[in-house]
Amino acid sequence: MNFDLTEEQQMIKNTIREFASEEVAPGALERDKNKKFPIEVFQKLSRMGMMGLPFPEEYGGGGADTISFAIVTEELSRACGSTGITYSAHISLGGAPIHLFGTEEQKRRYLTPICSGESFGAFGLTEPNAGSDAGGTRTSAKEMDEMFVINGNKCFITNASFAKHLAITAITGEEVGKKEISAIIVPTNTPGFKIFDHYEKMGLNASNTTELVLENVKVPTDHLLGKKGEGFKQFLITLDGGRIGIGAMAVGIAQSALEKSLQYAKERIQFGNSISSFQAIQFKLADMAMKVELARNMVYKAAWLKDQGRPFKKEAAMCKLYASEICMEVTNQAVQIHGGYGYMKEYHVERLMRDAKLLEIGEGTSEIQRTVISREIGC
Amino acid sequence: MNIFVIMKRTFDTEEKINIKGGKVSGDGAAFIINPYDEYAIEEALKLKEEHGGEVTVITVGEEESEKELRTALAMGADKAVLISDEDLENADQFSTATILAGYLKDKAVDIVLAGNVTVDGGSGQVGLRLAEELGISGVTMITKLTVNGETATIERDLEGDLEIVEVSLPLLVTCQQGLNEPRYPSLPGIMKAKKKPFETLELDDLDLDEDDVQAKIKSVEIFLPPVKAAGKVLKGELSQQVNELISLLKTEAKVI
Repeated sequence: MNFDLTEEQQMIKNTIREFASEEVAPGALERDKNKKFPIEVFQKLSRMGMMGLPFPEEYGGGGADTISFAIVTEELSRACGSTGITYSAHISLGGAPIHLFGTEEQKRRYLTPICSGESFGAFGLTEPNAGSDAGGTRTSAKEMDEMFVINGNKCFITNASFAKHLAITAITGEEVGKKEISAIIVPTNTPGFKIFDHYEKMGLNASNTTELVLENVKVPTDHLLGKKGEGFKQFLITLDGGRIGIGAMAVGIAQSALEKSLQYAKERIQFGNSISSFQAIQFKLADMAMKVELARNMVYKAAWLKDQGRPFKKEAAMCKLYASEICMEVTNQAVQIHGGYGYMKEYHVERLMRDAKLLEIGEGTSEIQRTVISREIGC
Repeated sequence: MNIFVIMKRTFDTEEKINIKGGKVSGDGAAFIINPYDEYAIEEALKLKEEHGGEVTVITVGEEESEKELRTALAMGADKAVLISDEDLENADQFSTATILAGYLKDKAVDIVLAGNVTVDGGSGQVGLRLAEELGISGVTMITKLTVNGETATIERDLEGDLEIVEVSLPLLVTCQQGLNEPRYPSLPGIMKAKKKPFETLELDDLDLDEDDVQAKIKSVEIFLPPVKAAGKVLKGELSQQVNELISLLKTEAKVI
């Protein structure tokens, strides 16, 4: 056993922590209020070579590991959840499927601009009636003259307004009553492809969440990503990695809630003493610290297994489920410790609580994570 | 261009600092590159980008300084040198400058960059002492540097005033806040830092004896400044307040 980070991981952590506190945290409150996408932050992250972190150097990536990805996602989320989810989705939903299933040519064309930050990474799976339930997929891609003609709607798609291309799932055929689902890479400037960012969300207000409308969108059949009919299977594999990102986000947001609560509890004087001297508050803080630590360990373990090339599906689901649920609990307690001030935006913790809720929903709800885990343990 | 940066690992003064037995305790302290040295590293990298050449970062210090030197390599420096002073019981600015001169004296130096001061010792002496030892020009507290051939045009910060100096290379400068905005290490830089040349030297390697570099300064005591007491607000007629102030300055503060 060895719980130490490597030299590189430690240096990445120091660098991104400093960057996040100097460049990301200061605007978080304003961006949440104005729903402004943190584009300047990402221009700087691009210059630092962070946008292609886990991908091979030959496509302009950083060649770093999944633990480093978790570290960067955690530290960005600690400063600003919206920045964290944008980064996590960019890497693990946008870049990863192309890296995992793309041809050499597709990687050169589509992974390289993701690594450089020229394009954001996005992933078009969810539909009004389909997410984890593939059977509900309605978007179709009909083959005609070596072209896919795609029609359908996608919803809640992260980063699409800033993506030059993204992979979507569509029905490419039907066999014995079962839908054949494939993944296809679609440039976002293809005629008939419309992107709307009109959602009004509870939290993560500065992140870009979009609805996609595809009307007779035509792309050559060589835009097929991976194998025909394996689109959904590929996306399930992609989501396993994405869940590590969501887990890391949850750890970052919960860490921030813990730090803010601890600081506030030490400064807030009631009945002549700081409230941190009251056992009721001490025990809350102790529980929060314990949960954050456990969640981080599970995120690192899932990431470590992935880096070792070992199965990590169960651990990824566990880290996502546990971290997102404790993040909700910890941020809720953070607001409680802050009392009336916690209900005010100025004190940040109410934003953390709103941002946290998405983590129990996105990339598979908590219920879906339990389904995955129960299958993995042999139910 | 042959560019050298002298840098130091210091504790982070923005984090908690403990004093034990008259010394700053390393336990629990966070360590960083001395912030002024970061300006020196950044300026060195900019010089290299403009004029080509090589940037070597040097630390005289403990073994753990490797971390900070690696960070400088991740920022873009080409080579790092760590000269261990762990054998020295007493080291001061004289010791450090002598050791650095021992290393640099037979190198083809174009420019040496240093921080203006360190945030721990705070003497601001090592840079200038080194320039003297090497017999090259030394310019302190620079806020702008332009090198053109063999000449450097430098702006110096003189507590609000600006002095413009023209000086010929080789040269040593100490870098002041305002000179530049130090970059963050890039991810590719971090991944490469471990593979860059890293040299570890002892005093013997520089033909120096412990006696040659014995400290000239004796440190008698280290203590934290007294906790500031609450101020006193004087009340009443203006003339009455003035009288009271004068008497307080005489009897209580004992400064008049």
